[in-house]
Amino acid sequence: MSAGVSEPDRNGLVGRFLARGSLPLQMLAVAAVALALSSVMDWAWDWPKEWVIPIKLWISDFFRWLDKEATLGLFTVKQLTRTLSWVLKQPLIWTEQLLWKGAKPYEFLPVMWIAISLAVGIVASRLRGQNFAMIVVAVLLGVVVIDSLPFILLSLTKALKIAPWMEAQAFTGISQIPADMLDAVMTSKKLKHIPWIAVVLGFGVFGHWVGGWRLAGAVVLSMSYLAVTGLWRESMKTFSLVAVAVPFSALLGLSLGVWVTRSKRAAKIITPIFDLMQATPHLAYLVPVVVMFGAGQVPALIATVIFAMPPMARCTILAIQTVPSDIVESGRMSGCTERQLLWKVILPSSQKTLLLGLNQVIMQTLAMVVIASLVGAQGLGHKLLFSLQQLKLGFATMQGMAIVLMAVVLDRLTQAYANRASVHEHHEAAGFVQRHIHIIVFFAILAVSIIASFYLRDVSILPRKHLLVDNRDALELDKVIKAVTFFLIDYIRPPRDFITVYMLIPMRDLYHSMPWSLIVGVIAVVGYRLGGWTLAALTTGLMLFVILAAGNWEFASTTFYFVSSALVFCVAIGVPIGILSARSERVAKAVMFMCDLLQTFPSFIYLLPAIMLFRVGELAIIFAIIPYASVPAIRYTYLGLKRIPAVTIEAATANGCTSFQRLWKVELPVALPEVMLGVNQTIMMALAMTAITALIGGQDLGQEIYRALPTSDAGRGVMAGLGIASLGIIADRLIGAWAAKRKEALGIS
Amino acid sequence: MQRQIQITCRNIWKVFGPNPEEFMERHNGKPSPEAFKAEGYIGAVQDVSFDVYTGEILIIMGLSGSGKSTIIRCITRLNDPTSGEMDYEGKDLLKATPQELIELRRHKMGMVFQNFGLLPHRDVLSNVAFPLEVQGIDLATRNARAQEMVDLVGLGGRESYFPRELSGGQQQRVGIARSLAVEPDIWFLDEPFSALDPLIRAEMQDEFIRLQQMLKKTIVFITHDFEEATKLADRIGIMKDGRMVQLDTAEELVLNPADDYVAEFARNAPRERIVSVGAIMEDLNGTAGSAEHALDAKAKIGEVAERVLNSSVPLPVAGEDGAIIGMLSRERITKALFGKQDQ
Ligand SMILES: Nc1ncnc2c1ncn2[C@@H]1O[C@H](COP(=O)(O)OP(=O)(O)OP(=O)(O)O)[C@@H](O)[C@H]1O
Ligand SMILES: [Mg+2]
Repeated sequence: MSAGVSEPDRNGLVGRFLARGSLPLQMLAVAAVALALSSVMDWAWDWPKEWVIPIKLWISDFFRWLDKEATLGLFTVKQLTRTLSWVLKQPLIWTEQLLWKGAKPYEFLPVMWIAISLAVGIVASRLRGQNFAMIVVAVLLGVVVIDSLPFILLSLTKALKIAPWMEAQAFTGISQIPADMLDAVMTSKKLKHIPWIAVVLGFGVFGHWVGGWRLAGAVVLSMSYLAVTGLWRESMKTFSLVAVAVPFSALLGLSLGVWVTRSKRAAKIITPIFDLMQATPHLAYLVPVVVMFGAGQVPALIATVIFAMPPMARCTILAIQTVPSDIVESGRMSGCTERQLLWKVILPSSQKTLLLGLNQVIMQTLAMVVIASLVGAQGLGHKLLFSLQQLKLGFATMQGMAIVLMAVVLDRLTQAYANRASVHEHHEAAGFVQRHIHIIVFFAILAVSIIASFYLRDVSILPRKHLLVDNRDALELDKVIKAVTFFLIDYIRPPRDFITVYMLIPMRDLYHSMPWSLIVGVIAVVGYRLGGWTLAALTTGLMLFVILAAGNWEFASTTFYFVSSALVFCVAIGVPIGILSARSERVAKAVMFMCDLLQTFPSFIYLLPAIMLFRVGELAIIFAIIPYASVPAIRYTYLGLKRIPAVTIEAATANGCTSFQRLWKVELPVALPEVMLGVNQTIMMALAMTAITALIGGQDLGQEIYRALPTSDAGRGVMAGLGIASLGIIADRLIGAWAAKRKEALGIS
Repeated sequence: MQRQIQITCRNIWKVFGPNPEEFMERHNGKPSPEAFKAEGYIGAVQDVSFDVYTGEILIIMGLSGSGKSTIIRCITRLNDPTSGEMDYEGKDLLKATPQELIELRRHKMGMVFQNFGLLPHRDVLSNVAFPLEVQGIDLATRNARAQEMVDLVGLGGRESYFPRELSGGQQQRVGIARSLAVEPDIWFLDEPFSALDPLIRAEMQDEFIRLQQMLKKTIVFITHDFEEATKLADRIGIMKDGRMVQLDTAEELVLNPADDYVAEFARNAPRERIVSVGAIMEDLNGTAGSAEHALDAKAKIGEVAERVLNSSVPLPVAGEDGAIIGMLSRERITKALFGKQDQ
C-alpha cells in the first residue's frame, strides 16, 4: 500500500459511504448542517407564518372572478361554461333515456333522428359510396335541425338563464313526424328504456364477436349480476356517464396527441402539462370543476373527460412515432397529402396502440365516474359512497362487486377488441347474413325484447320481488361481515397495535419533527448529484413554492408519511412476489393475472376491505393503499429479473454461485434500476390513492382536497392537488434520474 | 445518339447531424472526412453528380451505409438534400412546392421499398389501389386498375388477402403492383429483393425483367448484389462512403475499375456474360483473317470462349458492317475471363 492510510478503501460499504463525493455522505453532511442551523434559527425549523404566500386566496379569487365577472368580449365566462354544460348535457340525456330513464315520444326525438340518419347513411353508402352518404346525412340532419331550431334555442336560452325571444314551435313540423307516428300507435304515454335483457345480451353478442363463446359467457354472467341484484338502474347511470365521456376524452386525446407530433412548440407546452396532469390525483380535478360548473352530472362528466384524456394523447403520440418509417414513406410516395397520410396511413396502421389507449381511457373514465359521486354524479359510485359512509358493509360489498364486474367487463371487451382489430385476415366470400351475423342477432334480440317488454315487466327491468339477491340478503351479508371481522379482531389487534406503536407512530413523529430545511437541503443535494442544477432547481422549487409557500407543509408530511409507510409494505410484499414469479412460469402466470385484475379495479374499491378490517384511521388508509400500489412493484421486479441477459446468469452459475448468491449478488443488483422504476410507480399510485383515502380520515393533502369540495374552496383544493402532484414529480424525477444513471453504468438501456 | 436526360443531380450533399446547414457553411460547402469525424456529423451523400437517362436502368451499388438509399430518398424528396441541385425533366426539383411534390409522386414517380411498406390494415387489392384512392379516383375505376396490376404481378386470386398472410415474395409483388398502379415515368427500387430468400429472389428478378420489357420505364435500382446488377443494368454506379466512385457500364467497371474498391465489387462478376469481344480484341497488325469464321464484336466472351480456346490461332473479329476490325487470341480471352491476377 503505497498510497498510505489516508486513502479509504473504496470497495467496502463503509469506505464507499465515506468516500469523498459519495452521495450518502453529502446527504448526511447537508442534514447535519440543516439540523444545526434549525436548532439555532427558528425559521429553518418551522416555515414561518409570514413566509406563507396567500396563493390559495389568489386562486380562489381568480376562480371567483372567472365565475362572476370575467368576460370574453361578446359573452361572459359563465355563459361559456353554461353553454359548454348544455352541449355536454344533450348526449348524456339521450344516453340516459335509452339506458334507464325512458322518455315521452317527443323527448325521444333527438335519439330517433340520430338512429334514422345512421340507418339512412348506411343504406346510402351501400348504394353510392361514402361521400354520397355524408351528403345525404348532412342534408337530412340539416333540415331537421333547422326545423327544430326554435326548440334547440329555447333549451339553450333556458340553460343560459336568459329570457327566450321566441315561441317554441317547429317551423313545419317535419322533425316531429317520427314522434307523432309513435304517439299514434302507442298505448302508454311513455317509452321505456332498452330492456336489461337486451343490454346484457348485447354485451354478450359483442363479446362473442371479439372473443368467442368464453368471453361472451363471462360477460353475460357479469352483466346479469347487475340486474339480479337490483343494481341495474344505478349501473346504467354509471354506464351512461362512461359512454358519453369516453368519446369526448378519446377524441380530445387523439387531437392533442396529433397536435403534439405535428408541432414542436405544442410538444414543449403540452408534454409537461400532461406530466402534471397524470401526477395529479382524481379528486383534485373535481374542485375547480365544481367551482366553475357547480355540482351534478355534467360537472362530473367534464372532470372525467379531462382526467381520462392524457392516456389517449400519450398513446396517440406513441402510435404515431412508432409507425415503421417504411409505411409512412410508402404513403408519401403514393402521393398522400399530409392529412391523408395521417388518416389513411399512420393512424390505421397503428390501430392497436390507439385501441389500447382507448382501453385506458375507458378504465380511467370508470374510475373517475365512481369518484365523481363526490360531486353529485349518480350511479354505483354514489350508492357505494353512501353505504360506506353508513358503514353498511353488506350493501357496500354488493355495490363494490358491481363496479368491479363492470370494470372487468369493459376492460376485457376492449382488450379483446384491440387484439382482434389488429388481426387482419381475409375471409372467403360469405353472404350478407354471414358477414353481419352479430349485428343482425343483436337487432333481433333488441326487437324481440322491446316487444316482450310491453307484456312482461321483468324483461324491461327486474322488479324488487323477482331479484335473486335483494336488500335482505345484503343485510345478511352485512351481519356475516361484521361477525367475521369481530372474530378476526382478536387476530388483527396484536399486529395492528404492534405496527401502529412501533412503526407508524415513530415514523409519523419523525416526519413531523423534521425541520423543513433538512428535507429541502437533502432533496437539493440529491437532485444536483443526479441531474445537475436543473433537477435540483425543479425539485426544490416545487417543494418551496408549491408546498411550503402555500402553507401545506404539515399536510404534505402526513401524505409523505402515509406513502412511505405503505411503500415499506408494498416493497416487502411486491419484490418477493416478483422474484418468485421470475423463478417459475406457473407462479408468474397466476401473479400477472392477479396484477391485471387489480389494475382494472377503480381505486375507490380498495377502500372497502380496508374499512371492513380496520374501520377508519391511519392503518386503514395504509391498508387501502397497499393492494393498489403493490402491483408495479411486482411487475417491474419480475420484468427486471426476466430481462437480465442469459449470459450474465450463466456466468454467475459457472462461477459457482449458489442460487441464493446468484440472486443476491448478480440478479438483484442488475435488476435494481428496473425495480426502482417499479418503486417509482408504486409511489405515484400510492399518492393517487391518498387522495381517495381522504374519505376515511387522515390529516393529509388528500383530506385538504376533500374538505375543499363542499365549500367550493378552489385555492385550497387546487394547491393540495398540486402538492400531491409535486411530491409525485419530485419522486419521479429523482428516481428516474437515478435509474437512468445506474442503467448506463451497468450497460443496459 | 443524344440521349434524353430525365433527372440531373449536381453536387448533392446530404449531411445528418444537429445543424447540417451551418456545418456545411462553416466548411465552405466541402467538409473533409476529418471534419465529419471530428464534429460527429454523418456525410451520407457527398458531392454526388450524375444523370439518369430516359428509359435506362441505372443501378446503384455499394456497401451498407454507403449512401445508396439516401441518394434516392433525396431524389424523391423523402429527404431534402443539404445542398446541391436536382432537376426533373428540366424543372428544379428542390424548388417544388409541397403540392407539386404530391403531384409528382402521384403521377411521375413510383417506388418499391426494401421492407415492402405495405399498409397492414388493407388487403392486397386496396393496397394496390391506395395511390389511386388518394388521388380521388372512384372506387370502380381504381379497383379495376388495381386488379390489372395484381394480375400483372401474378397475384390474381389473392386480392382479399392481408399483407401478413402473404410470403415475402408475394408482399413484394404487392409493393411492385402498387408502385406501378399510377403508371409512373420513373421507377425507384430500393433493394426490392434483398429481404427475400435466394430462390424467390431469382424468380423475382426474372419477373422484374419481364415487367421491364413490357413497360420500358426509367429505373433507378439499388442492390448489393453485383450479379443482380449485371443482369439488369444499363449502367452501374458504385458508391463508397457517400461518394459516387464510378458510374459506367458493367463492362467498363470490370475492365477499367476506377480503384480497388470497384475492382473488389467486380471481382466475382460473371465476366463471360459482361465483357464483349470488341472490348478486349487486339489490333489486326497486318494479319487479315477470313471473314467467314469471324467473331461478332458485340458477342459476350462467354459465347465465343470455346471457339477461341479451341483454336490455336487468334480468331478474327467482325464489326457491325461485317468488316474485320480486330482479332482475339487464346491468351487474351483467358486473361479477360479470369481477371487480372497476373498483372
Ligand atoms: N435519418 C438519418 N439520421 C442519421 N443518419 C442517417 C439517417 N439516414 C441515414 N443515415 C446514415 O447515412 C449513411 C447512409 O445511409 P443509407 O441508408 O443511405 O445507406 P445504404 O447505402 O442505403 O445502406 P444499406 O445497404 O444498409 O441500406 C449511414 O451511415 C446511415 O447511418
Ligand atoms: Mg439502404
